[in-house]
Order: sequence, then structure tokens, then C-alpha cells
Amino acid sequence: MADTGLLEALLRLLEKVDGGIDSQDVAADLGVDHQLIVGAVKSLQALGEVISAEQKSSKRWELTGEGREIAEQGSHEARVFNAIPDEGLPQNELMKMPSGKVGFSKAMSNKWIRLDKAHEGGPRVFKTVETIEDTVRDKLQLVQKGLSAKLEDKEKNELKKRKLLSEVTVKSYWITKGSSFSTTITKQETELTPEMIASGSWKEKKFKPYNFEAMGVAPDCGHLHPLMKVRTQFRQIFLEMGFTEMPTNNFIESSFWNFDSLFQPQQHPARDQHDTFFISDPALAHEFPQDYLERVKQVHSEGGYGSQGYKYDWKIEEAQKNLLRTHTTAVSARMLYKLAQQEKFTPVKYFSIDRVFRNETLDATHLAEFHQIEGVVADYGLTLGNLMGILHQFFTKLGITKLRFKPAYNPYTEPSMEVFSYHEGLKKWVEVGNSGVFRPEMLLPMGLPEGVSVIAWGLSLERPTMIKYGINNIRELVGHKVNLQMVYDSPICRLDS
Amino acid sequence: MPTVSVKRDLLFEALGQKYTDEEFDELCFEFGLELDEITSEKEILIREQGGEKAEGASDVVLYKIDVPANRYDLLCLEGLVRGLQVFKEKLEAPRYKRVSPADGGEPQRLVITEETASVRPHAVAAVLRNITFTQERYESFIELQEKLHQNICRKRTLVAIGTHDLDTISGPFTYTAKPPGEIRFKPLSQSREYTAAELMSLYKTDSHLRHYLHIIENEPLYPVIYDSNGIVLSMPPIINAKNYSMLLNMRNVFCVCLQAKITLDMVVTMFSEYCDEPFTVEEAEVVYPDGRLSVYPELAYRTETLSGDFINKRVGINESAESIAQLLTRMCLRSEVSGEGDLIQVEIPPTRADVIHACDIMEDAAIAYGFNNIVRSTPRTYTVANQLPVNKLTELLRQDLAAAGFTEALTFALCSEEDIADKLRKNITETRAVHISNPKTADFQVARTSLLPGLLKTIAANRKMPLPLKLFEISDVVLKDETKDVGARNNRRLCAVYYNKSPGFEVIHGLLDRVMQLLDVKPGRNQGYHIQAAEDSTFFPGRCAEIFSCGKSIGHLGVLHPDVISRFELTMPCSAIDIDIEPFL
Repeated sequence: MADTGLLEALLRLLEKVDGGIDSQDVAADLGVDHQLIVGAVKSLQALGEVISAEQKSSKRWELTGEGREIAEQGSHEARVFNAIPDEGLPQNELMKMPSGKVGFSKAMSNKWIRLDKAHEGGPRVFKTVETIEDTVRDKLQLVQKGLSAKLEDKEKNELKKRKLLSEVTVKSYWITKGSSFSTTITKQETELTPEMIASGSWKEKKFKPYNFEAMGVAPDCGHLHPLMKVRTQFRQIFLEMGFTEMPTNNFIESSFWNFDSLFQPQQHPARDQHDTFFISDPALAHEFPQDYLERVKQVHSEGGYGSQGYKYDWKIEEAQKNLLRTHTTAVSARMLYKLAQQEKFTPVKYFSIDRVFRNETLDATHLAEFHQIEGVVADYGLTLGNLMGILHQFFTKLGITKLRFKPAYNPYTEPSMEVFSYHEGLKKWVEVGNSGVFRPEMLLPMGLPEGVSVIAWGLSLERPTMIKYGINNIRELVGHKVNLQMVYDSPICRLDS
Repeated sequence: MPTVSVKRDLLFEALGQKYTDEEFDELCFEFGLELDEITSEKEILIREQGGEKAEGASDVVLYKIDVPANRYDLLCLEGLVRGLQVFKEKLEAPRYKRVSPADGGEPQRLVITEETASVRPHAVAAVLRNITFTQERYESFIELQEKLHQNICRKRTLVAIGTHDLDTISGPFTYTAKPPGEIRFKPLSQSREYTAAELMSLYKTDSHLRHYLHIIENEPLYPVIYDSNGIVLSMPPIINAKNYSMLLNMRNVFCVCLQAKITLDMVVTMFSEYCDEPFTVEEAEVVYPDGRLSVYPELAYRTETLSGDFINKRVGINESAESIAQLLTRMCLRSEVSGEGDLIQVEIPPTRADVIHACDIMEDAAIAYGFNNIVRSTPRTYTVANQLPVNKLTELLRQDLAAAGFTEALTFALCSEEDIADKLRKNITETRAVHISNPKTADFQVARTSLLPGLLKTIAANRKMPLPLKLFEISDVVLKDETKDVGARNNRRLCAVYYNKSPGFEVIHGLLDRVMQLLDVKPGRNQGYHIQAAEDSTFFPGRCAEIFSCGKSIGHLGVLHPDVISRFELTMPCSAIDIDIEPFL
């Protein structure tokens, strides 16, 4: 804060004028440095509407250090001329003067002096005229008085070339009275204090206005990962729909539960090394429900339960191979088998959201591991129409209401349907999930009653999350290479808005 | 999913109707196909090899159509058109017939010798008689065999197909197996004779054939087919002999398939359309080593009986048996109401090997009805939802850890051996890690046994962020466990790290106190939790403690060993906590 005296002096000056006043003029009037006036203007601005000030810039000629010296003591050539007595001066002595060199040549070209080289005792300088007119000094003195306008541009440039003048840009303020102009200053408070509350002094105080344009201070807090926030919402949706969560905390699975129990034949390409991560240690699973395993073997190799089967030589060695599960449906199979072992069948609705693994080629949308969302309903007499109805309810909760279904193929569901939703942005139908009715060849060997149908659907967690948060590369969402700033900045997740 | 590429104009000509791209896409959608891409040979070349190579290439419009993986009858233009025409009721599904040779001639015969036992002891054969090829039909014929090789034949490992110009060879044919040195012939696209052994090395560098060499490479005997004059027809599954294989102008085709009769049925049913007597296939006899004689192709039709009620109840529609029979007929499953109640007799043609159960028939009825015409209804299944306890606990803890100022990381469950062993100053054998046998890169060698490497890698990738960095993750690690059926189990763990200019042990210790407070476990030696100095190679000596809850060890906390910090390419001190949360369920 500039000192109050200066502020009030400025305000008094301003009071006297009609329109406004330039800060440069104020500085000249009050005889203080312009920078102090600039400080005073800023202090007054902070007090609210006392004054208003507009910054402007102008160009001005100013004397350089040498220029000021000349304005005081005369030009170098004049000083040389004045130093020469009537009887002349030896040149070498003249040259010892501070202005000697420059002054000598200028005075020579002005023809004020002459040099007698042949003079006995060395070259000697003599005056050639009685009096001289020091125009350089006169011009500089004009500029010093602020009358640079009286000089011609050519003259000013000449002096600039001689580094006696310089052109400077001057920043100043055009100051006018503000809406609450007054010549007295009341100091504004920045913040309310406990003392003010206690004493009641806040009633008399003026408070400095806040800058509401500025950002606040970020709170010191932790953040949840966006993919996990979306996972929470999907869990919530399933729970709202009455689905019970399956125990999917077993990444290592046997080929038996991952494929064979789902009636996926042993030569199926998904069981290839190129698509699935197999385990070398522990390489084999060693415990299966034996009679169920026999029934699975039979339905694959010979058929049964109304099926022709695949008619191939089913091998236990293939079923024993451990792998990283390729889908959470392996867990659904375990759960349905467990359900079939109940004394009396009870309808169930199951869900899970957990990691699955594929030995795939990685790109912007594929990683070796991703989260699968899965829903399963088992009850008597479920229809394909029921599956579509429940999918409609599920996707409505995601804010997706326009659905249509395409026939598809999946080894363990029949019918199988790809779920498409109309994307308003892309103006086309995009695939949002897969669904189907589990095959009898999968359910009946488990021991589920004949009339029970099991409908199921699945989708990935990453894709809707990438769409939700506008992320194009999956590596920017999942894994250790994510930018934490993205995690810090991600909004809460409401899937239906 | 196999993709079939067909010329659009040829397709429309065969369908007898022009469609806009949108209309055709719609038809595909309804039928369960997907019009994946509209392109041309030129466009494909430009994309794959750049503009120069594409100069002069054809710009005839191609439709690339995705076909469901079990529909081998739709893998060529002929099959696609037949399927769609029947679906649109513009054509009746043809009946494929096996016929004897005209004029009472002898059928062609393939004799299988017992030497084949070690390779592929089964083969089937058939003859396409008086067939007329055009350039397009011929290309489609070759293309179909290639598609079948890639799909049902599993890249020729299960089945190999060979087709030969019957007029240049003479039966009976012999399918046998011989040592590679004894097989000698001039193969397709070569100008001189080679022995089988020479061929195997010749094809090592062939971009196409080298993928099939492994199938027989290490066998002592290679399969080979001869005609009656001892001329080699082919050495399946690698290559056909020159001259005796397919040519555009041939009229009679001898087809041999190793192993699968379905594949043979598929090849002959698709192309018998072009025989003088369409949809007939001339039989061939196969004599097995044990003297048994079989006649092929099978072209077996099978009849299934099911009720209209079954279809209605499973699909959720209410149609008469007659209209369901009509729906099925549109899917090439000729059906009739049998007259007994609402029973429907469904005939499954040899082209529909994918139909193995009544549910497959039910699906076809639903497709013909139109998936999107089915009324969507909510099942009445009443159930009460339950959360998995370990997930419920995880969800609750995550919220409070974030509230405690830590940010959640999400890291991979798979990593390198180095991540969980060397970098943590542990020996891989003591980690109880599950090892992957076929990782494509080192990033997928093992399932993680600790969440710590993932968190440290996350910090390394975010070194530019303002300090301190406070991260956590609650997720599963995988440990070998012999008591489980698969020999391994997941373990839910909580891990957090504090990374700053000073180690901040007190911060991590404070987090432990907070977590225990949230879990309602009080400080204390017996019923509560306490920490006790411990040695762990991952931590800085004297700066590590083991955490006990109710007398049971649940994890560690401490300042990380400087070597661990540098091995993860970090520069600041770091403290960490790692606990098992399953004891708190």
C-alpha cells in the first residue's frame, strides 16, 4: 500500500480537474517518481470504485546520460573551443581533455578551429572564429524541457545517432473519478476475523471485494479410479435389479470349467495357444466332480440330452489344463452346477464384474486383461422375449433405450444375440453386448431340471467407461501408465445421464 | 468369425434384386450376418501396400460379409445366395442327391492302406460330374476350400481337402503313407519333381504353406494319394500335384477330404448347383484297411420332431404349428406339421451340420420370425440380491481410503517375473507365483503375487506429478495353493504407497491405524492389532514391521529398500503397506 499522504494528494489533484488526469502529469505535479504514482493508482483501484484508471502508453524523447552531460556542460566541440586560449594549444594537450577526441573533430568540421601542423614545438590548435553558437546543447536543452516537438525529426534522429537522445515508451494511467470518489481514504479489510466478530467492528469496516473470476484452492483429497467408479455403478444397477454377486475371485481356472462345461469343443479355436494364456505352474487341475465330468464327456463325444454331440474323442488331459480364465462365464458354470446340486431348484439371478484374460494382440482397444460384466438368470420357462425384456431394463438404467438384436453364434448359447444400441452421436447402431440362452448340452449334464432355462448377457466394463470419459486409448484408462491427473480430474459416474 | 468377400453386382444378380447398401445391411442383420465392409480390390491394395501397387487393380465393389463361425453353408457366394433366397421365400431349398454313375458304370474308388494309421486313417471322396465352371465360379470354388481349411478344418490340422480333374487321372485311387524320401512328384506351381523331404524344406519360406508343414513334419510317414498309374495326386495336407488338380475348363471333379465327411458334404453341395443335373453328386467308394466299404458323400438328411408349443414357449411367441413350420422352411429346414397335435417334422439337410439339438431349430424359428418382432417381457423371477462379502468390504474400504487422501490405482494382474521377484529383492521360488506357459511378451510371465510393483510402476509413469504421491489399490493377487482344485487361489489385498522427499513412515503407519479403525480393530496385542519389527528384503533394514491382527500376521509396512526404489526407476524415498484383507470378512 502506497502511503496515505500520496494517495490523498493524488485524489485532491483529481478532484480539481474536470475530466481526468495523466499519471505522468501527476508525477510531474507532485514532483515524485512516476513508479510511486503507479503504485498509488493500484492501491486506489483495490479500494473499490474510488477512481478508475485506464492504462495507456505513449512515446517520448529522453536524454541519455551523455545527452544530460552536454545539456549541462555544453557539447564536446564547444568545450574544446572554449578551452583554447587566443595563443592556441598544443594538439597533444588538447587530446588529453575528456572531450578532446570527439570535440576536436567536430570543431574542425564546424571550422571553429584550425590545426597548424608545422608549428614549432609540435602541432598546435588555434581558434578561427571569435564566438560560436552551441546548437547541440540548445537542442538537448529543449528536449530536457519537454519541448522536443520544436525539433525536426531529422534533428532528433541525428542526436539519436550520436546516442544523446533516445525514444522511450512510457506507460501511464489515465485517471478519472470513480463512482464512489472521495478525497479521504478508508482502509478496506481483506478478511473477517474473530476479533471483528467479538468486537462488532465488522459493522463499520469496508471489506475488500473478492475476485470471483479466480479458481479456488483444490481440496487435499484422494480419488477413486474412473473404471472402478463405473464398476461401482454397474454393481449398483445389478443390485437394484435383484442380482446376487458371484464369487469371481479365481483368475486361474481349469479348461474344464472355462470350456468343456460350457459345451465348447476341445478343438475350438478359442482353446488355442494364440488366444488363451495357459499355465505352466500349476499346469493341471486335479479335482473335478467325477460323475458330472463323465456326463460332460458323453455329451461332447456322443451327444445325449436330445443332442447329436460333437462326435469327437473327448480327452480329460485337455480339460485338466489350467489357464487364466477367458471369461467369467466359467464362474457362472460353477455356480449353475452348484445350483443344480441343491435338493430343490430355486430361481436365481447372478451377476459378476471381474477380470478376464486373452492372449491377444494388443492395440488401442485391446489389452491382455479386461473386466467382463455378466448377468445370468435361471428359472423355469424363461423365453427369448424375457432375455430381451431384461436387457431392455438393464440398458435403460445405463441411459440406453433404443435396442435391437442380431442373431449371432456362440458355442454355449442358442439362441445367441448381439445387442445393438442406436448411437445418437455416430448416427448408427453399435454393438453394446452379447447375450443368449445357455444350451441344454451345458445345463442338463449339470443336473438342472429339464424345464429350466438360463439366460445370460455380457459386456466389457472398459468400453462403456471409455465412451463415458471420452478416452480413445485403453492404455490411458487401465494399467500403470495412466496419467494420474486423469484420475484426479475424472467426474463422478452417473451412467444414466 | 469368418469373412466372405463377394462381388456386389454378382451377388445382386444371383439374388435377382438390387439393394442399396443400407437395405442389404438390414437384410444381413435380420439373417444374422454382418455387412462388415464395402470395398474393392483396389482399395484393399491401396490400404495394405500403398497407391502404386494398386495401379490397375479392379475397382469392382466387394462386400465383406461376416458369417457366424458355425455356418459353413454360407462361406461362399453360392451358399449365401441360396440361404438368403430361401429366407426371402424366393427359392425352395434344394434337395441334394447322391447318384450312381450314369449308364451303370463303376463308381470311383479310393483304397486306404493300413500305413495311414499313423497319420490320418480316414478319408472320404465324391465326384462332381458334368460341372460347368466360369472364372467366377472357379474362384469361388477355390475360395470355399480355403475358407473351410481355415475354419472347420482348423488350418488343415483336422481336415484337408483335395480336388482334382478326374479326366486326367484314373482310378482306383490309393491313399497311403510313405517315408518322405520315397514320395516324388511335381507339385503345383513348380516346374520339376521334388521328393517330399525336399518339398518340406522348399516350403519353409513359403508365406502360405509354411503354416501347414508342422502338421506332418515330424511324422515318419507322410500321407500321399496315388492314382492307378502310380501318379501322385496330392500330399495332403500340404500340396496337390501339378496337372492333376483343378483347372477352369474341367468337367469332372474328384474330391477327396481327409477325416471329415461334413467338409466333403459342404464342398459338393455348394457346387453341385453347376452340374448338368443340378444338386446331384456322384458317389465314390472308400475301402478301408479292414476291408470295410463305404459310399460317399453321405448327404444325410435327418428328421427331428418337435412341438410348436416348445418353440413358442422358448422363444416367447404364440404361433400356430403351421406358421412355425413355414418359418423353419425359410431357414432351409424343410418342415411340415405331422398331423399329431402340434408336432412339427423338421428335416435337417446335410448343409446344416450346425443343427445338433432342438434348441438350434428353435433359434432358426426365432430368426425367421425376426428377433426384433418378439415382444420383450420382464421375467417374473423373484430374487433377493446379495453382494459378495469380499467385494462389499472392498467397495467400502476404497471409499474411505480415498477419503483418507490416497488415490486409487488400477494395475495389471499379469506382470513379469522380474517385477515380483528381482525388483522386490525376492527370489522367484519363494513368491508362490503362478506361471504362464505361453506369454507373447515378458509382461505376461506370471500372475502378480503383490500389488506393490503395479503401484511403483504407476508412480514411475507419473514422476512429473506434484509430490507427495499417495496411491492405493485393493485387488486380487494370485498364489499357488494346493488345497484348491486348480492349485491356485486369489487373495484380496490392500496396498498403499507414500512417495515423497522424506520416507513418511508415519504417514503409512497412520494409514494402517485408520484402516484398522475403519475395520473396528483396536490397537492391542491380543484381540487388537499391533506391529512388530521384522526383516523383509523388500524393505530398508530396521524400517520394516510386520502387522498382526488378533495374533495373526496380515502383512508388512515400512520404508522400501533403496535398491527396490531404483529398480522401479524412482528417485525419492517411499514407504508402503501391504495387507491381506480377507481375515476381516
